Formats: sequence, structure tokens, C-alpha cells
Amino acid sequence: MTGKIFKDARTALDGLLFDGMTIMAGGFGLCGIPENLILAIRDSGVKNLTVISNNAGVDGFGLGMLLNTRQIKKMISSYVGENKEFERQYLSGELELEFNPQGTLAERCRAGGAGIPGFYTKTGVGTVIAEGKEHKVFGGETYILETGLVADLSIIKAWKADPEGNLIYRKTARNFNPMMATAGKATVAEVEEIVPLGRLDANFVHTPGIFVQRLVQGKFEKRIEQRTVRQRESA
Amino acid sequence: MPWDRNQLAQRAAKELRDGFYVNLGIGIPTLVANYIPKGVSITLQSENGMLGMGPFPYEDEVDADLINAGKQTITELLGASYFSSADSFGMIRGGHIDLSILGAMEVSEKGDLANWMVPGKMVKGMGGAMDLVAGVKRVVVVMDHASKAGEPKLLKQCALPLTGKAVVDLVITNLGVFEVKRGEGMTLIELAEGVTLDDVKAQTEASYKVALT
Repeated sequence: MTGKIFKDARTALDGLLFDGMTIMAGGFGLCGIPENLILAIRDSGVKNLTVISNNAGVDGFGLGMLLNTRQIKKMISSYVGENKEFERQYLSGELELEFNPQGTLAERCRAGGAGIPGFYTKTGVGTVIAEGKEHKVFGGETYILETGLVADLSIIKAWKADPEGNLIYRKTARNFNPMMATAGKATVAEVEEIVPLGRLDANFVHTPGIFVQRLVQGKFEKRIEQRTVRQRESA
Repeated sequence: MPWDRNQLAQRAAKELRDGFYVNLGIGIPTLVANYIPKGVSITLQSENGMLGMGPFPYEDEVDADLINAGKQTITELLGASYFSSADSFGMIRGGHIDLSILGAMEVSEKGDLANWMVPGKMVKGMGGAMDLVAGVKRVVVVMDHASKAGEPKLLKQCALPLTGKAVVDLVITNLGVFEVKRGEGMTLIELAEGVTLDDVKAQTEASYKVALT
């Protein structure tokens, strides 16, 4: 079996994009985001997107690029504080926004990918998040019902892949990518390196290839949001 | 003299116990890591997906794939581990994290917390705060006693949208320390050096008992 590997991000998305679709995009802040696939989605011109992603990029990078081109109709996120264009579009009513607590968002993706339509959680009980949701008491504690999420397409970023689509992530660039990989009707992964079969130790695969339909090797800028450093003590 | 930022962090660090898994919020809570008491060893969790978070990197160690929940570049300590955000919040929501130290805009006398949203201003989002206060075993708030405009932040009821209801166990302000017990309300247990009971009373709306230790 071959055929998962595509030559570039544009061809990797061929036939998968349509107006009004829902896309999950992995990453936390700018860490572990599918930079190349986001660019290709921008260039495709597809519009009225609902995008599920923990954050919305920054002005002009990551998902921020799809905001500049007004391709996003609605975001489902936990934190969007780094993006002026987002703020402007949201305040002017051009952009819909659904806030999910970060753990709820992660679990909704995990549940969706595992065929679990809903789950109960304590997170958000007694807050605006709980309004209109079913409440249920287990062992004397109140929980709310949250639903699983699936997407027409998941775009994710991993470190290494093999031709089967098995993936390994690097450090905190893993974040939302593994769950989102499971929750897309189609999942396209961009990676830093595609290695030959047998070169990934099967014991250490993070995302099994069954969840990944297409693969592309990308070039990465890996922009850093907050470069914080310490000084070496002088000798 | 009310406590300054570093003294607040130092006081909060007294809540650490040997072997604790701890999540620190952004701002003053981050400084707590500078005051870990001698003989106490803790493991810091970063909710984007890491245990064993170390200090900021040297310039030549900066790695874009290694950041904390505040999107700052960090390092890993020996014994660190990485995992998905689902596993990370499984730790948080499953009650496996011992202590969460975070900032607040308002706290009520029943332990309600508001720290994520000011209606009418830009809404940035709650990030992981709602999960942390709902799931972590002990929640400690570190904040200024009053707002910059001098308004009390310890209230009978929060005016701002809540992050969690009856979730706070301890509040450390620049004036002193308050314990919150479910069903019993708030008790002032400690004063900052030179701060009087009247100073606290003048800047507090919440009702509280006094039992200085």
C-alpha cells in the first residue's frame, strides 16, 4: 500500500476542500501548527469555514492568515488573545466565536474521533459555558454534557512520519494534533521528515497511520510567540 | 507594608509540599517557582502537554517546539514527559494535579472565581482556567487585594462572569491570606507584616471571620 505521500501541500488538499466546511487545525499558539497546509488553504480561496483550533494564530501568521482573507466564518477555540484582526472582526460581528474550555475542547476532539457523541464534565459548571446544557449529578457532584466534535478535514503537524502515515510528534508541538488526527473525516498531516518504512520504532508511534489519509513533507518557519531566555552567569 | 509581587510568590510557595504536581498560572504565579522551599521537590505541569518544566532556556537552547502554556520558550528537566492536550487535561480533570496557583479578577466569599472575561472589553478566552479550577485538588489564588481603581476584589458575589463556582481554597493577597471552606465561608488567617485588621476591612467587601495563626 502506498499513495499517502503527496508532493506538496496544495496537492495534498486536492478534492478535500469546499465552501462552508469544518476544519480542525492542530497546534497550541504557534507551536505545532500545520503552517504549509494553512497557506495552501489560504491560496485555495475556500471560504465560510468553521475552524476548530485552540488558538487563532497571530496577525499574519498561522490561522491569522485565513482571518486576513476573511475565509473563516466561525472559530471554536479556548483562547484568542493574540490577534488584533480577530478582535476587529469579532467586535464588528463579521466572525462568530464559540469559546470552549481548553480541556473540554481537547476532550471533544478525542471523543469525536473515538465515536463518542457526548460526555459529562465538571468543567464550566456554574458558568456561562453550562448555560443550555444538560446537567446531571454523579456521586453528589454536578456535571454538564458536552458533545464530541468531528470535522470534514483535520490538518495537523507532526515531526516524523513513515509511508504508512504513522506519526511521531516532538516535545510540546504534540498538543492538539493527536486528537484532531482522529476526528477528521479526512486527515492530512504535514511533517518535517518522511522516513522509510521500518525507521520509526513501532513502540514509539504516537498516532497510528489509520488516522492519517495524506502526508506531505513541509518547510517550517516555526515562529516563536514569546522568546524568553535567561543569561549565563559570567565566569 | 503590603507584600510585593515577589513576597506574594514567596508566600504562595509555602503551599507547596514535597512530591506535589503543580500547575502555575501566568504572572505572579509563575514567580512561585523561584521560591520553592528547601527540601521540597515538585513537578511543574504545563497544560499544553508537559510534566517536568524547567526554567527559561539560554539563548542557544531556544526551541520553538518547547513552550509553556503562556507560549514562552522553556526547557525540560530530567524525567520530563510530553503528552497530548487530551492527556494533559485528563490529568487536570481527573484530579491528578495536586495544586493550581492562579491569578484572579474577583473572588467571592463562597470561593467563586472570576478571572477570564470582562464583558464589553475584548474577550480573550478562558484557555485552561475552567478545567484547572474544576479538576485540581487544591486551588490557590494570588492577587492584589483591591483593583487598580481601589475597588475590592474579595466580594460577596462576583460581578464578572465566573470561571468556576465554589472552587477556591485559599486566597493570598498583598494584605494577607484567606482560607475558604465549602459551606463555611472565608477566614482571614494571616496578615502581611505591618498590615492591620482595619486595613483589610477597609478594602474588603466579602464577609469573613478572623482566626490569625
